[in-house]
Amino acid sequence: MGGTCVNRGCVPSKALLAVSGRMRELQDEHHMKALGLQVAAAGYDRQAVADHANNLASKIRGNLTNSLKAIGVDILTGFGTIVGPQKVKYGKVGFSENVVTAKDIIIATGSVPFVPKGIEIDGKTVITSDHALKLEFVPDWIAIVGSGYIGLEFSDVYTALGSEVTFIEAMDQLMPGFDPEIGKLAQRVLINPRKIDYYTGVFATKITPAKDGKPVTIELIDAKTKEAKDTLEVDAALIATGRAPFTKGLGLNNINVETQRGFVPVDDRMRVIDADGNLVPHVYCIGDANGKLMLAHTASAQGISVIEQLTGKDYVLNHLSIPAACFTHPEISMVGLTEPQAREKAEKEGFEISIAKTSFKANTKALAENEGEGLAKLIYRPDTGEILGVHILGMHAADLIHEASNAIALGTRVQDIKFAVHAHPTLSEVLDELYKSAKVNPHVSKSVSEPVSV
Amino acid sequence: MASISFSASVSSSTQFIRPSAFFLKPRSLSRLPLVRAKIREIFMPALSSTMTEGKIVSWIKSEGDVLSKGESVVVVESDKADMDVETFYDGILAAIVVNEGETAPVGAPIGLLAETEAEIAEAKAKAAAQSSPAPAPPVEQSAPVAAKIESPAAPAVAAAPPTPGKLVATPFAKKLAKQHKVDISKLVGTGPFGRVTPEDVEKAAGITAAPKPNLVAAAAPSAAAAAPVVSPPKAEKSFPEIPGSNVVPFTAMQSAVSKNMLESLSVPTFRVGYPIATDALDALYEKVKPKGVTMTVLLAKAVAMALVQHPVVNATCKDGKSFTYNGSINIAVAVAINDGLITPVLQDADKLDLYLLSKKWKELVEKARAKQLQPQEYNSGTFTLSNLGMFGVDRFDAILPPGQGAIMAVGASKPTVIADKDGFFSVKNKMLVNVTADHRIIYGADLAAFLQTFSKIIENPESLTM
Repeated sequence: MGGTCVNRGCVPSKALLAVSGRMRELQDEHHMKALGLQVAAAGYDRQAVADHANNLASKIRGNLTNSLKAIGVDILTGFGTIVGPQKVKYGKVGFSENVVTAKDIIIATGSVPFVPKGIEIDGKTVITSDHALKLEFVPDWIAIVGSGYIGLEFSDVYTALGSEVTFIEAMDQLMPGFDPEIGKLAQRVLINPRKIDYYTGVFATKITPAKDGKPVTIELIDAKTKEAKDTLEVDAALIATGRAPFTKGLGLNNINVETQRGFVPVDDRMRVIDADGNLVPHVYCIGDANGKLMLAHTASAQGISVIEQLTGKDYVLNHLSIPAACFTHPEISMVGLTEPQAREKAEKEGFEISIAKTSFKANTKALAENEGEGLAKLIYRPDTGEILGVHILGMHAADLIHEASNAIALGTRVQDIKFAVHAHPTLSEVLDELYKSAKVNPHVSKSVSEPVSV
Repeated sequence: MASISFSASVSSSTQFIRPSAFFLKPRSLSRLPLVRAKIREIFMPALSSTMTEGKIVSWIKSEGDVLSKGESVVVVESDKADMDVETFYDGILAAIVVNEGETAPVGAPIGLLAETEAEIAEAKAKAAAQSSPAPAPPVEQSAPVAAKIESPAAPAVAAAPPTPGKLVATPFAKKLAKQHKVDISKLVGTGPFGRVTPEDVEKAAGITAAPKPNLVAAAAPSAAAAAPVVSPPKAEKSFPEIPGSNVVPFTAMQSAVSKNMLESLSVPTFRVGYPIATDALDALYEKVKPKGVTMTVLLAKAVAMALVQHPVVNATCKDGKSFTYNGSINIAVAVAINDGLITPVLQDADKLDLYLLSKKWKELVEKARAKQLQPQEYNSGTFTLSNLGMFGVDRFDAILPPGQGAIMAVGASKPTVIADKDGFFSVKNKMLVNVTADHRIIYGADLAAFLQTFSKIIENPESLTM
């Protein structure tokens, strides 16, 4: 039970990141000395670290299962297939199949790591996040294909445990999904000072696992011209090029639904749309399988939206208010639009945007912790005070973002929360700084508006 | 082998000292006729009133880029924020002295700006002289040697070299190579599958690695003391190994210094100190400075004149059983040069006038810097003068160079409160000199008398200009 998050995603990865965070702190002699601490050489036991992650996954899985059972959920184990409207069959290989009927069906089959063509996975030297999270070995030198948040988090783990990392990124800059200013600072903080180098604008066309005393070889070609660029010889390769929806064998054709690039098409209420563009009654799809925003909490929120509808209360989820976080050290988090996206929207719809920025160096708590590296950024409309996006890189960024995501969800405007008080000294004052330094045009009224639904 | 006479002077190869090395510039700031003015330094700016040092976050421009006044060149992190630093001049960024991630004190040069392409090479040489912790020449020599020294704990897979013609180097190895200016393509990799490891680069750059944290505690039962630091195979004495230390072999010049210092241990020496009021000398100096006379020359001339009256102090004990009175008075002056020490000699210092002596001195200094001194010009001294006053040193003991009878160590001239015999206080500039002498030929009274004469000459310096 628990899907990717519990077993092969959030839970074990955060366990590993907790270890790597502490390892990094203990090894940062300079940082420790500045605080007046002396730490003897820190070490780790790989198996114990792996066990921490596995045990955590088991524990949460167990808790989850028990909670479900406690509220009266029946758990039927097997591979499920939709055989017709409101009818599902399930079974395991070698066992007989059962057919059940249901009033409503929610598809939440999630995703699997996407492995591009030409890459041979052997689970030992060429791996995906599924294998990496088991931490069966720590290579001296690992190439990570893909510099999105998954690749970035793993680089954090591996470098803290002593490996050197090479990023292979198809786009022209690293971390293409982040706001560019955050991406630049992230590169300065998370990549440059670490034992990491990178190739951008290249594809890995062929990756061969290590065998017969030869290392893992990776052939790189230029992403645009397709000419051969280089061949890397490393100890391991991690494929972090994104996740592909897991929707094969769901029997969707039985209800006239066609997947688009593997994703199940849905409307803004998560109702599945068939091949003719009509809503399929009683069938919903949430989470990674619909591809709207592939994050665990998105799936939960979408699930809640569906349940609300099923119990008679219409509820449409505002995806722009869903925050995202990357648990590197320091963390990165964001909600809403990036600066380029905001500018594009502004140009199209004819409004101005403003940016408020602040550094963690101005925050007392961050300085007390000697973690002044960080940046927070607020993108807003000076004419209405609408918050378009907030991006944070710094200590506890993943926790701090919620003030902003709540504001966006409730439609709170900058001028409404300007005067809210934040405890001192806390990191949340970073956001306080942003709100207080934002300048909204004076004629805008101060009343709280209705929540914005998208 | 030429014997070079030395005293306990200090070499000036620390980072961030202005390139106008003190020792080679006597107290008068006569600019040597180089095209120096065309190379400008980009300084670490003070971005706030509390900033004492800054860290280079990133170089916006790279070596070789053309800069125009007002353009941002580098991003510097201060105690408060990151700021873009602009250049005040047009030019070409000839050399980056402080790299990304490194720190420098406010006011220290972080880069060199050349006015034209012609100065770029010179600027680069200047940057290399200023910054490299390990001197450049030994790098090329020691790289192949160093790589052969046992690579500790390297896994057995080290055998097979990579595809011929291909250089495989780990990310950290590449970073270190860039930081320490090592040409990574010339290294032989000792890592698995023949890759160049950070340790290979560190050896080539002449730095001993900080012991690699032995992270995987379960596998190897070694505790805190991790991978062994490279220790010289034949250690005659065993000293405790201090992690992070750096072994750099002596250059020829440094070996010579060491040899001479050891030889001096066999000579019985004693030391006599003397306070000298320098107000009159300072006044004279102000007068003759515009004519190119330096303090070094003034002191050398004064010593020479004093030696005329005390020939035994200009003598040597060559065989342990006789005085060798030297026919001429040749004053050797200790100067520090990059990684070494040399003593150009002012021959017949008593016979030449101040201005001729100054001219000669200037020539000698230029030759010394260009490493073109002939043996005759540095080993013919009969008395050595060593001055550390420019550092603020008030007094010190010099070590007697072999082949001479005495060496004079001069300290800084400082305003001092003195009381005269009537009990009145006044403030006079006072400098302390200290002479180390060979007691086989020079006795206490001889030396004291010499010093008395010397101090009289200094305190009545008009005779120096004759």
